[in-house]
Amino acid sequence: MAQVFHYSTNTLARASVVIALVLVGGGLWILLAIGRTSYITQQEVVREQPVPFSHSHHVGGLGIDCRYCHTSVENAAFANVPPTKTCMNCHSQIWTGAPMLEPVRSSFRTGESLEWTRVHDLPDYVYFNHSIHLKKGVGCETCHGRVDQMPLMFQQNSLLMEWCLDCHRNPQQYVRPREELFTMGYKPPNGNQAALGEKLVADYKIQSLTSCSVCHR
Amino acid sequence: MSRAAGLLLLALVSVGCRQDMHDQPKYSPLEKSGFFADRRASRPIPAGSVARGLLKDDTRFHTGMVNNRPITEMPVPVTAELLKRGQERFNIYCVPCHDATGSGEGMIVRRGMKRPTSYHTERLRTAPVGYFYDVITNGYGAMYDYSAQIEPADRWAIVAYIRVLQRAQSGTINDVPPDQVSSIKPAGGSL
Ligand code: HEC
Ligand code: HEC
Ligand code: HEC
Ligand code: HEC
Ligand code: HEC
Ligand code: HEC
Repeated sequence: MAQVFHYSTNTLARASVVIALVLVGGGLWILLAIGRTSYITQQEVVREQPVPFSHSHHVGGLGIDCRYCHTSVENAAFANVPPTKTCMNCHSQIWTGAPMLEPVRSSFRTGESLEWTRVHDLPDYVYFNHSIHLKKGVGCETCHGRVDQMPLMFQQNSLLMEWCLDCHRNPQQYVRPREELFTMGYKPPNGNQAALGEKLVADYKIQSLTSCSVCHR
Repeated sequence: MSRAAGLLLLALVSVGCRQDMHDQPKYSPLEKSGFFADRRASRPIPAGSVARGLLKDDTRFHTGMVNNRPITEMPVPVTAELLKRGQERFNIYCVPCHDATGSGEGMIVRRGMKRPTSYHTERLRTAPVGYFYDVITNGYGAMYDYSAQIEPADRWAIVAYIRVLQRAQSGTINDVPPDQVSSIKPAGGSL
């Protein structure tokens, strides 16, 4: 009986295994790559807000401390977004006629909430807590970037699990002294983060927390 | 070809189905609610409710007043730690308008806020501590109250620090402990 398959199909068969592997691997790679795009993570996507509130004017220009508005950030998991009354502390006298601020004034008159659009939003299955990060010397800037240069708020980092873990594995690369937590544009003394990081990790007793139940509880 | 298309489809489909555990049927702080009429998931505290341990029964501490008169003595011990805390809180909440020395020329005032009276006027230098506490708690004229932003204990820390600022205006080099004089004297200059 004549051979059914030509001798060269041996090569074809081998090649098809390789091609299949490449396709499966490439497919997975595409999946992962899509998961890291800003379309999925919303990194650096600027949001529309009911009032064009500018951190760059209020923090960078006027020098207001984060805690004037985000009052609970040191003591709670949640860094609160300020109530309308906080804006009115100043805007009862400043720019009182500006149409841009009408939503603030009408919210103060009627008692209805201003509906800010969330910028950072972790999935509900992740537990995050601001206060522990501040107590252990992680500054706002490390996670939120140069807020003092943002005319409108956007998310500086991906907030992917790999981003959290990168720091949780090596906190010494990112921590700063507690006096500098709210400083924007902070630089370690002499540019020597390595030495300072080691010292702070010892002083603040910083652990490397990577077990799943730290964040998924 | 169909395999590639299949994989691409798989990729698109699995990217699309991330939301199930993302937005669980529970409220996060300040989230919008479809249930309550005012659409607030974080409920306003009903008037008159008292959280456990937060009964404001110490009128000296919580109002700074006794028989409608501001108290003249601090209701908490004044320690170096309290002053440090007061300095930090003053720099966050008061400096934008009153400036770092309390003379009333802060950044917001320079942008159009009404100019507050300097803390270093005779009237405010001799004002009792309870008066400052009352201004923080209830506001004064064009200044809104800070009771929602600052805890009572921190308000007293700020009051103590205002006294420090006032005292510092009449300070001389003789008030500085001898071992610390060198740290504030400008190099080569005299004070
Ligand atoms: C004058 C008040 C004020 C000050 C001071 C202020 N913020 Fe904000 N912040 C707001 C308001 C209002 C929003 C909500 C609107 C928005 O997202 O822009 C906000 C939003 C944010 C968000 C995004 C929240 C979200 O929706 O995910 C971050 C992060 C943030 N602020 C960080 C900071 C940091 C860091 C500082 C100090 C350097 C600071 N803010 C100072 C008022 C303030
Ligand atoms: C401590 C005082 C203070 C507080 C609190 C404050 N602002 Fe302002 N805001 C100012 C001043 C001063 C200006 C004028 C800015 C300038 O002259 O550069 C301003 C300007 C603005 C403007 C005009 C556009 C711009 O950015 O210059 C908007 C909009 C605004 N503020 C919104 C808000 C909102 C919303 C809040 C509450 C979350 C708020 N502000 C809280 C002091 C304040
Ligand atoms: C370790 C990183 C990290 C640090 C440090 C950090 N943040 Fe955040 N912040 C986040 C993450 C992650 C979220 C999203 C939380 C969520 O979705 O539950 C967030 C959310 C916020 C929000 C929205 C409200 C909320 O809590 O969800 C505000 C406002 C905010 N941060 C302000 C600040 C300020 C001000 C500081 C500095 C005092 C700061 N953050 C420091 C990571 C950080
Ligand atoms: C820049 C550094 C950094 C980043 C980024 C960071 N963390 Fe952390 N995280 C820390 C440090 C430091 C600690 C404190 C460890 C300790 O307890 O000694 C900590 C602690 C925690 C804890 C423990 C709280 C507790 O009560 O035990 C949780 C939960 C947490 N982080 C969640 C997150 C999540 C979720 C993210 C990403 C969205 C994140 N962190 C990103 C540095 C970071
Ligand atoms: C430092 C905090 C942290 C730790 C520790 C951590 N995770 Fe996560 N995890 C996250 C965050 C944040 C996300 C959400 C990422 C996103 O937005 O897609 C996440 C998402 C996930 C997801 C969903 C993935 C996806 O893309 O939707 C799985 C599964 C997961 N984690 C498993 C684990 C396991 C298993 C461990 C232990 C080995 C672990 N995590 C440890 C922070 C953490
Ligand atoms: C947004 C600007 C602003 C901030 C922030 C502010 N104040 Fe004032 N304050 C004023 C103004 C304006 C006046 C003058 C009010 C008037 O005369 O109508 C004033 C007046 C005062 C007075 C004098 C009352 C009198 O008898 O003349 C005291 C005391 C005072 N403030 C304390 C504080 C303290 C303490 C803080 C910080 C917790 C603070 N203020 C934060 C604007 C501010």
